[in-house]
Amino acid sequence: MSQVVEAPIEVRLPELNDDFDHDRPWIVIVWNDPINLMSYVTFVLRKLFGFSKEEATKLMLQVHNDGKAVVSSGEKEKAEFDVARLHAHGLWATLRQD
Amino acid sequence: MLGRRIQRDRKGGYRLRLPNEERELLRSLPDQLRDVMRTDDPGLRRLFPPAYAENDEAEDEYRRLMRTELLEGKLAALRVVEETADSDHLTQEQLEAWLGAIESLRLYLGTVLDVSEDPTANYLTRDDPDAPAMALYGYLSWLQEQAIEALSGEL
Repeated sequence: MSQVVEAPIEVRLPELNDDFDHDRPWIVIVWNDPINLMSYVTFVLRKLFGFSKEEATKLMLQVHNDGKAVVSSGEKEKAEFDVARLHAHGLWATLRQD
Repeated sequence: MLGRRIQRDRKGGYRLRLPNEERELLRSLPDQLRDVMRTDDPGLRRLFPPAYAENDEAEDEYRRLMRTELLEGKLAALRVVEETADSDHLTQEQLEAWLGAIESLRLYLGTVLDVSEDPTANYLTRDDPDAPAMALYGYLSWLQEQAIEALSGEL
């Protein structure tokens, strides 16, 4: 079964000061909401990130069932850009350092 | 009455088959949402969600940088629907704008109506004052599903 490469399971690290640790990637999280259609979330994930239909559906179901899913990760600028694109498409997305 | 409204044609575009009353409705909705977007109506919160849930400073910076662009994009999509509400054909770019405009309308209506994920919980009785808005929300959901289906052929 094809598997989406996701950021590792969240590990709660001790709170650092405001300075960001540049070694840790930033993750983009899409949150579940009662408005967006399941088909729409799948469509947007395919369109923006080039996921296959199967990969996008799996992530969408993760959002739907678990309340959230990590859809991309990387440098802060890239993560922020991805969040902005998701917001432009109406999805509820946030970023944070993993 | 419930025939397919949006269909991909053979030339890479999309055929739009809408009854006149639906065209009139779709032409009138962008202006109504635009009026709301000039205010700080809390129903708009899902159109402009926070990017940083736990960092106010970073969130302020994100808003400063992105808010205008986000707003402009949503307004541009609404304009396309207004301008093409009478068309029989849409280009892919125009249909993507329709999809975005429908999305904005649904996000606003869904927030104001506080819709539930369970569609059966969204049924309202005919005398409920929210019934017309909920019917509109349902119609837009149905239309959006068709736009998604039509555009998915391009992915």
